[in-house]
Amino acid sequence: MNKENYVIAAVVIFGVAAPFLFPNYMVQISLLWIMILFALTWDTLGGQMGYNSLGNITFFGVGMYISAIVQVGMVYDVALYASPDGAALTGNFAPTQYFTGLGLGILAAAVGNVILAILLSQIFFGLRGPYFAIGTLGLALAAGELLGAWDYVGGSGGIALPVFPFDPTTQKFFFYFLCLAAAFLTFAFLRWLYKTRFGLAINAIRDDEEKADAMGIHTKRHKTVAWCTSAFFLGISGALFGNMTGFIEPLEVAFPTVTFGIFMVAMALLGGKGTLWGPVLGAFVFHTVKELTWTYLLGWQWIALGALIILNTVYFQQGILGWAREKWPETFGITVDKDMSSGSEERGTS
Amino acid sequence: MWDNIMVLVAAPVFNIQLLLDGIFIGAIFALAAYGLALVWGVMNVKNLAQGELVIMGGYFAYVATLYGIHPLWALIPAFFIMFGFGWVVYKLIISKVIERDLFTSLLATFGLALVIQQGLNLAFGPEVQTANSGMAIRSIFDGLVTVADIRILSLIICAILAGAVVLFMKKSRMGQAIRATSQDARAARVMGINTERVYAFTFALNAAICGAAGVLISMIWVIQPFYGVPHSIRAFVVVTAAGLGNLPGVIIAALGLGVAEQYSGFILGAEFQQATVVILLILVLMWRQFQMSKTRQVVQ
Repeated sequence: MNKENYVIAAVVIFGVAAPFLFPNYMVQISLLWIMILFALTWDTLGGQMGYNSLGNITFFGVGMYISAIVQVGMVYDVALYASPDGAALTGNFAPTQYFTGLGLGILAAAVGNVILAILLSQIFFGLRGPYFAIGTLGLALAAGELLGAWDYVGGSGGIALPVFPFDPTTQKFFFYFLCLAAAFLTFAFLRWLYKTRFGLAINAIRDDEEKADAMGIHTKRHKTVAWCTSAFFLGISGALFGNMTGFIEPLEVAFPTVTFGIFMVAMALLGGKGTLWGPVLGAFVFHTVKELTWTYLLGWQWIALGALIILNTVYFQQGILGWAREKWPETFGITVDKDMSSGSEERGTS
Repeated sequence: MWDNIMVLVAAPVFNIQLLLDGIFIGAIFALAAYGLALVWGVMNVKNLAQGELVIMGGYFAYVATLYGIHPLWALIPAFFIMFGFGWVVYKLIISKVIERDLFTSLLATFGLALVIQQGLNLAFGPEVQTANSGMAIRSIFDGLVTVADIRILSLIICAILAGAVVLFMKKSRMGQAIRATSQDARAARVMGINTERVYAFTFALNAAICGAAGVLISMIWVIQPFYGVPHSIRAFVVVTAAGLGNLPGVIIAALGLGVAEQYSGFILGAEFQQATVVILLILVLMWRQFQMSKTRQVVQ
C-alpha cells in the first residue's frame, strides 16, 4: 500500500467521522464534498484536457431541474405543483414515493446531463481556447435566463422540492453521506480514468491538439466523453444540492455563475490544475477559509474573491500542489538527476 | 409573442421607434466593442472586464447628478480618470499576463470584473440608477415615436469620439506606434518603440473610451453594478462577428445588435433582452466555427 492510499483512507475516515465529531457543521461539510466534486469535474476539462470552461455550472443547474421534474412528476402534475396552488403538495410525499423519486431523479439528472453534453459538444468543441471559455460562460448565463422564463417549472419564482419524509436531523445525515459518496465516486472514477489510455489521450489534447489529431487520437470523441464524465457527476451533485436546499430557482441556486461557477475554477487553480489531488486540496483550502472568514469580511468577501482569482492566475498559477511538486519533487515520485540539477544551479549562480 | 409581431405589422411606425432606439444604444455598444478590439488586436488580451469599465464610467455621470452638475460634464473626468485607472490596471495585472496563454488573461480580467462590480456595489448599492439629463423629448409621427434629445446628442458624441480615436490612431505618433506594435511587436521593439508604454497606453485608452461610453449609457439607459457582464458579452459578440481591425464591421455589427435587442425585447418580452445577447453570442461563435470548418481539414 503506497502513500496515496493512506491519504485516501484518512480522508474517507474523516468523511465518515466528521458528522459525529462536528454535528453543528454538517451542512458546511456536506458542501465541502460538493465543492471537491466541482473542482474535480472542472479539472477534467480545464486541467487535464486544456479546455477551460466557465460554464460547467450549467450541468449543475440542469441536473437539479431534471431531478426536480422527475421527483415531482412521478406523483403530481409538475405545472400544477409549481403554481401557487400547489404549495400544499410539497410535504405530501410518502417515504416510498420520496425515495424512489429521489433515486430516479438522481439517475435521470446524470443521464440527462450526459445526453445534453453530447448535444452541446457538437456546438462547443469547435471553439478553441478563450472562445470556448466565453461561449460556455454565455451558455451558463443563457440557461439561467431561459429556465427563468419557463413557467412549467415555476419560472423565476422557482420550485420547491418534496420535503424529506423524516425529521431534519435524519435528512442532514442522509444527504451528508450521499454527498460524501458522490465526491468519493467522482474521485475514484477520475483516478482510474486518468491512469488509462483515455487520460493520456486527453493530456495529449491539452498539450497539442493538432498533433494529437495527427497521431490518430479521435480528438472530438475524447473531448465529448470527457465533458460527459464531467456532466454526469455534476448532474448528481446538482440533484443532491437541490434536495439539500429544498427550494430551487434559476439564478441564485441552480445557475450561480458568479459564485459556484467561479468557485470551481478558483478552487482547481488554487490547488493546482492538471493534477488529481490539486482540485481536492484547493477545494478543501478554499472552502475552509471561505467558511471561516466569509461572514467577517462584511461585504468585502466578493472583492477578496476577485482579488484571490487575480493573484492566483497572475502570480501563483501552478497552484499549491504544483508549487509543492517543484519544491519537493522526490515526494511526488519524480526522480531528480542530482548532477544535472546541481549543474544547472552552478550555471545559474555563475 | 404573435400579438406583438402583429402590432409591428399593423403599425409600421413602431418599427421606426425600435430601429431608432436600437441605433442610439448600438452606437454606444460600438464604442465599447472598439475598445475591446483595440486591446485584443494590440496585445492579444481578451478583456472580460470591459462591461465593468463601462458601468464604472456610468457612475461618474450618476455622481455628477448627485452634486447637481449636468451629467454631460462627467464625460471629461470620466475619460481622464478612467484613463489613469486603465494605466494602473495595466501595470498591476495586464502586464503580468500579456505573455501568458489566453485563458490566464481571460481569468485575470474576470477576477478584475468581480472586484469592480463588487466595489461599485459597496460604494453605490445595488439599485438601478440613471443620470437624468433633463433634456426635452421630441415626438414625431403624431406622437407615436418619441426621441429624447439626449439620445441624439449621445449619438453625435459617439460619432465625434469614434472619429477622434480613428484620427488619433492614424495621425499621432502614439497611434502609429500602437498600430506598428499590433502588426509586429518584436519588429516595433527593434525600431525603438517602447512597446511596454504602448501596451499601457492602449489599455488606458480602452478604459477611457469605455468610461465615456458609460457616461452616455447612464444618460440614455440604466446602470447597475452587475449590468457589466451583458455589456462585456455584447462587446464580444460585436468583435467576434466583425473581426479584428474592421472598424466599419464593428459599427454595423454594434448597430445591428442594438436593433436586434430592441426587437427581441419588444416581441418576446423585456426579460428576454439579455438572453438574446447571450444566444446571439453562441450563434455568432457557431457561425464563425462553420466558416472556419470550410477551410479546416479534419480527418474523420
